[in-house]
This record gives sequence, structure tokens and C-alpha cells, in this order.
Amino acid sequence: MTEIINNSGLFLALLGAAIATLMAGIGSAIGVGRAGVAASGVLAEEPSLFGKVLIFQLLPATQGIYGLLVGILILSNVGLIGGVKEITLLQGALYFASSLPIAFAGLYSAIYQSKCAVAGIGTVAKKPDQFGKAILMPAMVETYAILALLISMLAIIGIAGM
Amino acid sequence: MAMLRMQRIYIYALIKYCKDIMEMLQRRGVLEIENIDLEDSVFYKEDTSSIRAQYSGFVTATREAQEILARIAPRKKGLLSSFAGREQLTRSEYEKLADEAPEILRAAYDIISDQKNIDMNEAEKVKYQAQLDMIQPWLGLDVPMNFSGTSSTRAFIGSFAGSKTSTEIMTQLAELVPVVEGIDLEIVHSDENQTCVFVLTGIADADAVSDALRRIGFEYPSYQSPVVPRQREKAIKKHISNREGRIVESLQNIKLLASYAEKLDFLEDYYTMKAERYAAFDEIATTDNTFILTGYIPAEDAASLAEELERDYGACVELEDSDTDDTPIKLKNNAFAAPTEGVLASYSYPDRREADPTAIMAIFYYVFFGMMFSDAGYGLVMALACGILLKKFKHMEAGLRRSMKMFFWCGVSTTIWGLMFGSFFGDAVSVISNTFFHTPAPAIPGLVVPLWLNPVDDPMKVLMISFLLGIIHLFTGLGIQAFNFIKRKEYLPVIYDVISWYLLVGGAILALLSMDMMGNMAGFTLPPVFLQIGGIMAAVGAVIIVLFSGRESSNPVIRFLKGVYGLYGSTGYLSDILSYSRLLALGMATGIIAQVFNLVGTILGDSVLGVIVFIIVFLIGHTVNIGINALGAYVHTNRLQFVEFFGKFYTGGGREFKPFKINTKHYTVKEEP
Repeated sequence: MTEIINNSGLFLALLGAAIATLMAGIGSAIGVGRAGVAASGVLAEEPSLFGKVLIFQLLPATQGIYGLLVGILILSNVGLIGGVKEITLLQGALYFASSLPIAFAGLYSAIYQSKCAVAGIGTVAKKPDQFGKAILMPAMVETYAILALLISMLAIIGIAGM
Repeated sequence: MAMLRMQRIYIYALIKYCKDIMEMLQRRGVLEIENIDLEDSVFYKEDTSSIRAQYSGFVTATREAQEILARIAPRKKGLLSSFAGREQLTRSEYEKLADEAPEILRAAYDIISDQKNIDMNEAEKVKYQAQLDMIQPWLGLDVPMNFSGTSSTRAFIGSFAGSKTSTEIMTQLAELVPVVEGIDLEIVHSDENQTCVFVLTGIADADAVSDALRRIGFEYPSYQSPVVPRQREKAIKKHISNREGRIVESLQNIKLLASYAEKLDFLEDYYTMKAERYAAFDEIATTDNTFILTGYIPAEDAASLAEELERDYGACVELEDSDTDDTPIKLKNNAFAAPTEGVLASYSYPDRREADPTAIMAIFYYVFFGMMFSDAGYGLVMALACGILLKKFKHMEAGLRRSMKMFFWCGVSTTIWGLMFGSFFGDAVSVISNTFFHTPAPAIPGLVVPLWLNPVDDPMKVLMISFLLGIIHLFTGLGIQAFNFIKRKEYLPVIYDVISWYLLVGGAILALLSMDMMGNMAGFTLPPVFLQIGGIMAAVGAVIIVLFSGRESSNPVIRFLKGVYGLYGSTGYLSDILSYSRLLALGMATGIIAQVFNLVGTILGDSVLGVIVFIIVFLIGHTVNIGINALGAYVHTNRLQFVEFFGKFYTGGGREFKPFKINTKHYTVKEEP
């Protein structure tokens, strides 16, 4: 019984790493995909805007990377990368909980950011000189992914110090 | 922090110098022409639309010729050619090329007509090819296709659908025509789609056979010619080779003109320039012998231009200081701050009555970018790349050059922050030393050991530093607001709208920092006396805000309610300050992702293959990380400036100074001193 409980600590931590990476990753995949469709449409008419629309397409890509970041932090803290550590059930549960912010905020912010990015691509297609303003709207959405990333990271670093 | 002083300029001159003056103004590119709305019995506007249409036509033709040339004789372009900018011509080179313009234009039209020739011959070729395909099955026939028989015989030349043998056809015929012996049938060609036949019969049976043939599906061919198919084939092939010859000839002609490629570039610029110059004629007013031109010019360029106009063209020039709302804005900053003018411009040009915040923004811009990117290796790569490109391509376009300079300084700042946080391509030095040399890395300051602190070891401290930088940033913004008030000689609003917020936000921060709760997070507490000082400051600030932020309303109730609502703005400050947590978050993201790539690289350990894998992963991984995090740092630095900083003071809405100048794509003309 104790063995099961102790092992489930590691399982929960791994679940946390998995959920952070996969949810934020799904969000970014959807986001980059959508923005990419819009970007390709613009390229058909205005190939010279490649550099600009590419930046718009990449904006929703960051959430997936934040998810990966949190996933890797958990993995390396529980010893799945590098040395082996004993993970209690409590620690595992804490790691799981700390993965939730970036998992969900990452998923939704990537999707909604992509909607802004698509609109921004439309703006740049018509007025390429408005790039600076157009890129700011999707960047607003990203804020919440960054805040979530911050809490997830601080929590994991905190748990590791326990 | 400077906006150039603008002057309105009025030029009065004789119409015979009009073209020369326009050309000179366009070359100098220091004057923005303003449309002068003056049409009466004396003044009128010259109609230049037909001449402009002619030049536009030349430009279109030149572009068409360029496209054709690019397809048939492509020019080699270097990988970095987009940085090279426009080529510089000296004045004499320009004059020489301008003299050649009619000849170059002829070459352009030659290229276009050769291309038309090619298109036409290609179409003909396709037509003959179709005929050739049609005649193919009939090549076995040794009479012309329209041969109908001799005096005593009738011939039927045609085909059946599908593949048939002669026995099949003869059997079918036998059922319909009683005397089949007189029919001679020859299969000329047979495949799965059709069977081509030659049928010969005596003249007496002709009608019956014709009828029977039709009933079993015989069809006459759509293509008939009075020539034996073999000969016809020869003729068609000769036509095709003729056409091919003409195409090759035209291609040769175009290739011979390939040396004109660069001159065509010049021609495009030359006629664009001319068309724009004539477009400017719409902006001026002319009489029969004179013309008037009005516009804006930066004060520093005004005197020399006026002198030249008066000396060379006997023009009369009037200058007066301009400070109206409609006056365009031109910024001037030092080499450190000027590169961020583009960032400011992408938000909005400053209003004439406010200060140009570029110089102050530049400092924060570089600091924030560096902190978010925060890796000495990445910073070096960025600064070196920009520096080398700037050095190598002297004639880089102004906008690109500005961005390059900005990223150069961002790279320098990134390097400094990276050294302070001890990040050099993540933890590359330690990883390489541990994996491939089996010794812990020497404690090189900056590259292995942070000069200041490692954000992963003490994230709360870096978070506090981020907030502190944020508060400084916001308070600086408020300070510029105060400066703008003072510049407009409005002194009381400085107390109402700036000092009140300093007191409220500053006091609240002092009070918070002396509480135990915040002490746990910040790692220090201020003595309790600051709780009182902060409290009093905040209270005074709050009172000023409640009393005065609604001062525009005369109704005391509404004024008070507006004041209370103004106090609600303090939540805005809270979220503004928290927003700077991205400085920590993005900085840590860069560092940790870099470490992850280093870790992945060492997956095969210390072996020859391991070293190769490490190098590959290192190069690809860090390139990706640089790309994605530089983008993040750029976007979010902009955001902090636009939303948090500008939100505190910036009105914007100024009009950019757009001088009448040479807008070319390929060449610039260097002015001789």
C-alpha cells in the first residue's frame, strides 16, 4: 500500500508534466495552424509580406513552448531527467497542481491569440505600415499565458526547495 | 528628446525655372509640399495628367520588360542582398544614364515585343501539334484524305469507334449488303479508341455500301486535306520547326538584351521620379509667368535652401515659424536613442505640444529587451550579426538600418543581462566541461557563475527587481506628463494629475513593503515607521485625486463622483506594475529552454557521435530559441512601452514629416558637395 502511494507521487508529477505540455501544445498547434492559413492566404496576393505575416503566425507558438518549459522543469525536478529522487504523494500532487495554470491558460490564450493574429494578418495585408499596432493586439492575449507560466514556474521552483 | 523646429516656406519664382526648381527640391528632399488651394482669374493649376500617364506607361512597360528578363535571363542575387540597399550613382553617372533613357526604353519595348512573338509562336506550335496528333492514325494511307474514288470505284475513308478487325466489319456489312464480294476493306490503323479504315467498292454498289457503313457506325474524319497524310505530316513538322526557330531567335534576342537589366532598373526609377515630379505640379499654383509653392521645412535646412533658390533661380523665398496643429513632425535624436524612433512611429508621432519621449524610451527599451532575452551568448550573436551587417552594407535602407542599430543595442543589453544572470547559451560552458572533459567548469564570472544572481535560484528577488523597474518606468512616464504640463504652462495639473499619483502609488508601496506579508515575498521589510509615512502619503494623494480629478465638471456631485472614479484608476496601477512580471517570466523562459537544449544535446554522452549530436542539437536548438525568444522579447518590450508607459502621458496623433523626395527602388543619386 505504501509502495503504491509513494509511486503515485511520481505518477502525479509526470501527469502534471504531461498535461502542461499537451494542453499548451494543443493550443499552440490550433493557434499556429489558424494563423498559418490566414498568412498563406495573404502570401498568395502579397509575397513581400512574408516576414511580417510569419511573425503573426509565430505569436501563438509560444504557449506550447511555455508548456514544454514547465513539463521539463517538473521532469528534471522529479528526477526523470538526470538523477533519481524520491517523490512523495504530496509532492507529486503539488507538481500536478502547479502544472494547471499553464495547461489551461496556455490552451485558451493560444486559441484566442490566434484569432487576434488572424485579424492582425488582415490588417497588415491592407496596411503593411500598421504592423507595429497590429502586433500589439495578439500580444495582449499572451500576457495571461505569461502570468500563468510565471505561477507554474514559481510553484515548481518552490516545491523543489521543500 | 527633440522635435525639429518647422518653418513654413513660400517660394515665388518664374515659371521658366519651375521644372529646374522642382527637380532640385526633389533631389534635396527636405521640403514637404503643401497643396495650395488657389484658383481664380490669375492663378490656375497646370494639367499634367496626360504627361504623367505617359510616364506611368513607361514605368509599366519597364517593369514588364524586367519581369521577362528575370524569367529568361535571371540575375544572380546574394543571400544577404536584401540588406544591400539601393546602389549609389554619382551625379555624372546619373546624367549619363538619363541621356540613355530613350535607348533603354527602346530595349524595354524590344524585349516586350520579342516576348509577344514568343507567345504567338508558342500558340501556333500548339495548333500544329494538335493537327499532327490528328493525322497520326492516317499515316498508313497512301491517297489523300479527301480521295473519293476513281471513275469506276468509290472510296470511303473514315473510322469506327473502338478496336475492330476487318473480319468483324465485313461480317457486319454482309448482313446489310447482299454482295460483299465487291467490297475491298483495308484497316489503316487500329487502337482501343478507334479503327481507321479505307473501303473501296464498285460505283454500282456505292450507295448501298455507304448506307450500310453508316448503319454500322462509320464516321468520316473531321480533318480532311487534299494531300497524302505522309506529305502533310512533313509539312506540319516543317511548320513546327519553323516556329521553334522563331522562338529560339526571340529568346536569343532577349538574352542579348540581358545586359540592359540594370539599366532597366534605372529606367524604372527615372520615370517614377519624373511622374512624381509632375504629380507635385498639382500642389502648386501658377500664373502665366510665375508660380507659388508652399510647404514645410525643418528650420535647420531652411536657410541653405532659401539661399540656393534665390541665388540660382532668382526666386523669392519667405520663411515663418510654424506651430499649428497641421505642422508635420520630424524627430531628431542621438545615435543611441534614434534607432527606437521607429518603435515610436509605429505607435504614433508625438503631438506638437508634447515632448518627444524617444530618448527616455530608448533606455527602458534596451534594458527591458535585454532582461527578457537575458543570455550573453544570444546577445553576442545578435549584436555581432547586426554590427557586421551594418559595417558591410553601407548603403542599407534607412528604415532597415535603424532596426539593425536598435537590435544591435538590444543585443548589447542582452549580453550584459546574460552576464549578470550567468547565462551563456544557457549553461553551455558547464555542460560541455562536465560531459566532454569530465571536470566541473572553472568558475568563469558571467559565463558560468552569475555576476549578480541566478533567476532560477532566487526568482522572487528577480520578480521584485522587475516590479521595481516597472515602477521606475511608470513614474518616469508620469514625470514626462508633468513636463508636458509645465511646457504648456499649466502648473496646477502637475499637482492634481501627477504628484497625487506619486503620493498614492509611492505611499502604498512603502506601506506594503513594511508589512510582514510582503516581507516574506520580498525578503526584506522596511521599519514600521514607513507604514505610517506611506499611509499618510497615500491618503494625501487619494484626497487630491478625489477632489480634483473631476474638476472639469461644474456640478459638485458629479465632480465628487468623478473624483471617486478617478481613485478607481489605482487598480490600473496595480495591474500595470504586475504586468512587469513578464520581465522575469520571459527571461527565465529563455534561460531554461537553452538549458533544455544543452541537456538534450548530451544525450549520447562523451563519444565521437556524442560530440557530433551535441553540435547539431546545439546549433539547431539555440537558433530556434533565439528566434522565438527574440520575437517574444521584441513584442513584449513594445507592449510595455505602448500600454504601460505611453498610457501614462502620451497623446500622439502628430503627422509625420514626409518631404518631397526621390522615391526610387534601385538607385540613389549621391549629391556632390
